[in-house]
Amino acid sequence: MSAPRGWKELPLGGLAYRLSTDVKTGDWRALKPVVDHNKCTKCMLCWLFCPDMAIVWDGEKIQVNLDYCKGCGICAHECPVKAISMVPEFEEV
Amino acid sequence: MSKTMIKYPIHTQEILNVNGDEAVAYAVKQSLVDVVSAYPITPQTIIVEKFSEFVADGLVHTQFVPVESEHSAMSACVGAAAAGARAFTATSSQGLALMVEIVYIASGMRLPIVMAVVNRALSAPINIHNDHSDAYLMRDSGWIQLFVENVQESYDTTIQAFKIAEDERVLLPVAVNLDGFFLSHTLENIRILPDEAVADFLGGYRKVARVKVDYYDEEVPHMLNPARPLTFGALDLYDYYFEHKVQQVEAMKNVPAVVREVNEKWQELTGRKYGDGVIETYGMEDAEIAVVAMGSSAGTIRSVIKKYRERGEKIGLVRIRLYRPFPYEDVGKILSNVKVVAVMDKAIGPGSYGALYQDIVSSLYDLSDRPLTVDYVYGLGGRDLTQDMVANMIEQVKEDVRKGRVENKIRYLGVRW
Repeated sequence: MSAPRGWKELPLGGLAYRLSTDVKTGDWRALKPVVDHNKCTKCMLCWLFCPDMAIVWDGEKIQVNLDYCKGCGICAHECPVKAISMVPEFEEV
Repeated sequence: MSKTMIKYPIHTQEILNVNGDEAVAYAVKQSLVDVVSAYPITPQTIIVEKFSEFVADGLVHTQFVPVESEHSAMSACVGAAAAGARAFTATSSQGLALMVEIVYIASGMRLPIVMAVVNRALSAPINIHNDHSDAYLMRDSGWIQLFVENVQESYDTTIQAFKIAEDERVLLPVAVNLDGFFLSHTLENIRILPDEAVADFLGGYRKVARVKVDYYDEEVPHMLNPARPLTFGALDLYDYYFEHKVQQVEAMKNVPAVVREVNEKWQELTGRKYGDGVIETYGMEDAEIAVVAMGSSAGTIRSVIKKYRERGEKIGLVRIRLYRPFPYEDVGKILSNVKVVAVMDKAIGPGSYGALYQDIVSSLYDLSDRPLTVDYVYGLGGRDLTQDMVANMIEQVKEDVRKGRVENKIRYLGVRW
């Protein structure tokens, strides 16, 4: 992240001057999805329902892009074979 | 619309017999507008009706978007302007109140939309006649607001509005305010430019400003474009909202100069000008009493002041043409030598003074020798302003000057007690 800009350096009318991929929203997360690849049938419903496009198909199996996953749990909820579980981001002390 | 020809400075200008709404529709027809989206509401209806006739007759290339409400009308204009089109809409009163959410978005996104606001009282009670309560409603929305005095000026100002809005120094939407019925439904002979002259004046179709964003190597057009995608109107919290509002304020500062330039250019073209474009004064050189007003009432007031002038009394009129951004310094200069200022507000602010009065008082506060001020509320809901009322008002403020103080800061003209 660079230094905040003054009004003269901003483009007109509130245009987004950077790509939205620059804003890593993963740090909002309290729970993270963990995929059990033995149960996964690769039906892709999690990929379809993820509102943040944080589920990625790497050609062989489902992966989670933790830079953008906000931990909403929709993927775990939608998974028909319960292959995804939501686990705490940090261990409780 | 009957036409006669008349030769004037550069162009041959036809004489057209139209009412204010038709004059606006005719100006829009000539201004190479790409998209018109509007919902008819009294007293603005004729603008939309007349313009849809032009569209149906194939006289314009404009895309006419009929919508189900004013909220959608302004939304369609925002979409069109963001896509790079020259967009126009018209409204009145409750219609403006309904679209006001998107009115703020139009100025926040810096889209040079032009809107005719045919001024009408706000409900309740329902009233279709003229006052300025709808214009005051959108006062702080970040739009440029111009007030016109007659039908000719409605035509002239509508064309000028596109040039002001699209100026690179400005890029803000413009509202052209004309008084409902007094102008919108009153026939007047006006002089109109040939189509080519208007196209020339505006520099052809809208030219979209260019912006620099981080992820493109070069400046790109400030518009929705699949080849060069931009994100309009995204979330902007405490991190940047303040800066974006300051951008709007800074753009507003350039407006008076642009309005003056456009006024000058218009004079070269047509022989007509309205004061310096921002303020029009009458008899203010040596005036001791000043009347400040906006819109069509200025004509009535001027004719009364003329009679006083003929009797040698030092009275002058200040007509505010550019209401937002308000020309505080200019008004302060003009009113610095008068003894009393009668400000005429055609809307009421329950629990407050009239909006124009507050602006005038703000202009005067820094003067070392401040004149007395009085707020005259008049003409609500279309109530007539007669010459007798104006004369009565002038007599009242003369009495205030004699006493050296003002009792009852707010007074009403034409209300029954």
